[in-house]
Amino acid sequence: MVIDKGKRPQRSRLAVAGARAATDSIFATSSRSDRIGNVLFRSLLLLGMGVALLGLVAIILWSLVEGAPRLDAELITEGPSSIMPESAGYRTAILGTLWVIGGVVLFIVPVGVGAAIYLEEYADKTRWWNRAIEVNIQNLAAVPSIVFGILGLAFIVRGPLSLGFVAAAGSFTLSLLVLPTVILAAREAIKAVPNSTRLGSLGLGATKWQTIWHHVLPGALPGILTGLILSVSRAIGESAPLLLVGAVTFVTFDPSFLEGQYSVLPVQIYNYAGRPQEEFRVLAAAGVILMLAVLLTMNSFAIWLRNHYENKNAR
Amino acid sequence: MISKKWLQVAGVAGVVPFILTACGGNSDGGDGGDGGSELSGTIAIDGSSTVGPLSEVAAEMFMNENSGVQVSVAQSGTGGGFEKFCQGETDMNDASREIKDEEIAACEENEIAFESVQVANDALAIVVNPENPLECITVDQASQIWNEGSTVSTWGDVDGIDVGDLSGEDITLYGPGSSSGTFDYFTDAINGEEGVIRNDYTDIGEDDQAAVVGVEGDAGAMAYIPYSYFTEAGDAVKPLQIDAGDGCVEPTLENVQDGSYTPLGRGLFVYASDVALQEQAAVDFMNFYIENSDQITETAGYVPLTEEQKAAANEQIESLTS
Repeated sequence: MVIDKGKRPQRSRLAVAGARAATDSIFATSSRSDRIGNVLFRSLLLLGMGVALLGLVAIILWSLVEGAPRLDAELITEGPSSIMPESAGYRTAILGTLWVIGGVVLFIVPVGVGAAIYLEEYADKTRWWNRAIEVNIQNLAAVPSIVFGILGLAFIVRGPLSLGFVAAAGSFTLSLLVLPTVILAAREAIKAVPNSTRLGSLGLGATKWQTIWHHVLPGALPGILTGLILSVSRAIGESAPLLLVGAVTFVTFDPSFLEGQYSVLPVQIYNYAGRPQEEFRVLAAAGVILMLAVLLTMNSFAIWLRNHYENKNAR
Repeated sequence: MISKKWLQVAGVAGVVPFILTACGGNSDGGDGGDGGSELSGTIAIDGSSTVGPLSEVAAEMFMNENSGVQVSVAQSGTGGGFEKFCQGETDMNDASREIKDEEIAACEENEIAFESVQVANDALAIVVNPENPLECITVDQASQIWNEGSTVSTWGDVDGIDVGDLSGEDITLYGPGSSSGTFDYFTDAINGEEGVIRNDYTDIGEDDQAAVVGVEGDAGAMAYIPYSYFTEAGDAVKPLQIDAGDGCVEPTLENVQDGSYTPLGRGLFVYASDVALQEQAAVDFMNFYIENSDQITETAGYVPLTEEQKAAANEQIESLTS
């Protein structure tokens, strides 16, 4: 095919100018009611965003004001105390949350991405069972978390796995809860990798697996990480299923993954918020801020990774 | 090239949380203190959210003296706790009522023997908004409001109660959920049978503070809450006197201890399994709980045991261990 290098830019310049003129002419002659409509629509959009932000800002402000007296180092370094709530902290709950969420990340990354690769790259979509799996994953994402808690209690804490009331059981339960989100996000990300990339790689003699590992996955990584960030954010705030699989409210010793009692931040905050004494409620408000900090710290790494790969792909 | 980096990144992503935890765990090695005793072991306690704070105080004081023992306290509700206790998953269960027959059966099925020790007194108070002029309520009137199938919807519907301007006001009811011992106790004492209650009240689950907040903000509201909650609530809510036939009795510490506050005065218990009590740590903990009950109940805001109750508890522990 011969490409006429001289004419093409000129032709596109003309097209751009034409499009601009057409748009200008529409807006230049726009009637008063059109302009009002524009303003109205824009303020509706702003209102939507405002409502979404307002809730968040209200919670953060309230927690800051309420919890201000307790935003100190003891909040992190000290364990819970019912005798001295003024100097009690979330040490054991933070460690419990790190164990549980760490386990969730280790579990959902290989399993979730693996499932997404299978469904996108290998599964034959004309087979009914693959379609059934797809529909089920989408439905699983809408199952209430407490149901996963009951599942965890019956099959992970007791029953076949019999892990007991330990942090690992909490990890597995929360993993099951957020897996659908990870799989759905990873699938979309993999789907968005242009097919020409795959064909090019295959055409140069790479195997299917080499194509996926070297070209599809790096391209899909930012999308996969976004799904991961959403999932971890949801998992870290869950308390209902963890109450069922053994998160305890009062643990003064540092927890471990496979042994002994553990607590997590949301459960501890929930418990303190319901106490009759004022000191505990201040502590609960400070805990909300602390939990946001922990969440941001854990997610910032994934966000940094995502931006890193987005820039790389853009280059 | 890309794949190598990718692997590294994935590796780091996975390992970071664990490094964090490991660091956190090590950074405070000197926390143990110097209890000086060689007692060691773990005690897992679950059960009532009313007794929970009390057990937490006891556990904390006990661990200050015996740093080798690890006591944890969870709050699944009295019933929820017994469910685990009778599967042998916990060592002790906090209870704000006595164990039920079906729970005993569940324990027997798993060959778990247990003993109960009363650790404190408690009272349920029926509370209303401070704007409400009502001072005293009879058990019959309370039952009229709370019983199954009750048709009472405004204050004016209740026989023998005159609240003036509030007569036309809807009664908004707050009560704990059915896994709570407080729920079992109240329904038994007021409605005559455990678990029998109208079903259109606001269920606050295990969060008694929610009832205080609810009643505080609504002139027509009513709720029943444990002692520690209304003493801490101050003027936010007004506890009613209860008339069980012998005149109106206020829910005060003295009236609860001497038993004149009926039928809503109650004991709080800790159940210990025989397996747990084979450990010296568990036996010492129970003894500690009773010996220091005055200090523990005061810290947690409960009604202390009387001397007779303490003596009875001590005898029980002795019979458990011999």
